[in-house]
Amino acid sequence: MSTADNAFTTALSLILTLDPVLMDIVRLSLQVSLSAVLVAALIGLPLGAALALWAFPGRGAVVVLLNAFMGLPPVVAGLMVYLMLSRAGPLGQLGLLFTPTAMVIAQTVLVLPIVAALTRQHIEALLGEYREQLASFGLGRARMMPTLLWDARVALITVVLAGFGRASAEVGAVLIVGGNIDGVTRVMTTAIALETNRGNLALALGLGLVLLLLVACVNGAAHLLGERARRQMG
Amino acid sequence: MSDLSQPHLPQAQAVTAPMLPLALTGVGFEHRGQRLLHDITLTLGAGRTLVMGPNGAGKSLLMRLCHGLLTPSAGQIRWHGQPPSPGLALRQAMVFQRPVLLKRTALANLTYVLAIRGYPWRQRKALAQEALEHFGLAGLAQRPARVLSGGEQQRLALARAWLLAPDILFLDEPTAALDPAAIRAVEAAVNQFHHRGTKIVMTTHDLNQARRLADDVVFLHAGRLLEHSPAERFFDTPQSGEAAAFVRGELPW
Repeated sequence: MSTADNAFTTALSLILTLDPVLMDIVRLSLQVSLSAVLVAALIGLPLGAALALWAFPGRGAVVVLLNAFMGLPPVVAGLMVYLMLSRAGPLGQLGLLFTPTAMVIAQTVLVLPIVAALTRQHIEALLGEYREQLASFGLGRARMMPTLLWDARVALITVVLAGFGRASAEVGAVLIVGGNIDGVTRVMTTAIALETNRGNLALALGLGLVLLLLVACVNGAAHLLGERARRQMG
Repeated sequence: MSDLSQPHLPQAQAVTAPMLPLALTGVGFEHRGQRLLHDITLTLGAGRTLVMGPNGAGKSLLMRLCHGLLTPSAGQIRWHGQPPSPGLALRQAMVFQRPVLLKRTALANLTYVLAIRGYPWRQRKALAQEALEHFGLAGLAQRPARVLSGGEQQRLALARAWLLAPDILFLDEPTAALDPAAIRAVEAAVNQFHHRGTKIVMTTHDLNQARRLADDVVFLHAGRLLEHSPAERFFDTPQSGEAAAFVRGELPW
């Protein structure tokens, strides 16, 4: 039996026996990424809708910037948050560096542009269709926003899931601001990187499988949801 | 039925001041330096006004200016002497050529407008259900609005306008893409609005439809008002050469 085969069998047994070390890492990963996505959605959905609804000087620049930030390298996001939170930084007093909170902030920075930029695109397209009718109902821009967000809900759920995919898969940002501290800030991606280096292929592979499964589930859910909505709502 | 003919308007909107006549004085509209409407002076009283004219005459534009979706670049619009205001806009409704329905069920499309007009949620469902029945859509309440047929969608848009209980209803070629049965249903609905006392302003390409519905006809050509006369006079003895050609079916649509 080769090392890889061996590692694979051990990895499977780690997953199937719900190995506590593995489970803790998975739990923290989900906690951090889900929190980041929640915060990003709470800010990004209304922000994106507002960008679609209101025209103001510099709007074009904001849109370009947001689109550019969709491709922000995670290590750069991590570095930015690190500089903010490090002891000499403007938010150093809070003592957040190397805590899960810092990781949530870093991933929020990564996910927010995705949610806001894609929300703007979807809401703008829907607004093109709805604007006259909603104006005819006597609705101003602020009152159009909830209607548009609700009617774009299927597309927006996909947007949020895409954001979750990015958050859960990135390694650079959480590594820099979290520090990969065992039992405190170690998440799936940073653990995989570390365990691979250490030669603990079984744990790395086990985590890799869980991560893969998670990403596949998220994408599958997004796909099914979109298909169902297209068939039902037209 | 009493609920439908006398909807419980929230206090703030229960205004009974008259809106008609609708008077346009020297109204013009420019878009990107192009004059699309020239110097329209027109007074509309009660009844069913049909706006006619070949393509590009400015029919839809005129309705959008009256409804307040667009602002004229020249001239003024007065409702019974009053300038347009948000309060007056709430007493108007518009049905578009392609019905704009929300991505929700037929019923939810109706409860939506009741919600934005401030009806208590307990009343919404019953009122909406009644409107669906009134327009022959009762069986479709739970169907997503966007998968209904074209005729059903347009009737749903009319039911929605019905719940808004407007004093003025604008219809922009509401039957342009419908089959004959659906056209009859839309015309019957328009007459129901008329009998409830709603002022009708409607554009159409269909001369026969105009003959069936019109009390008076506004004829536009190339952004100018050429005629505004009682329907009979318009169809029997049109004053302008363009209108005469249009009535004979000789102007391109």
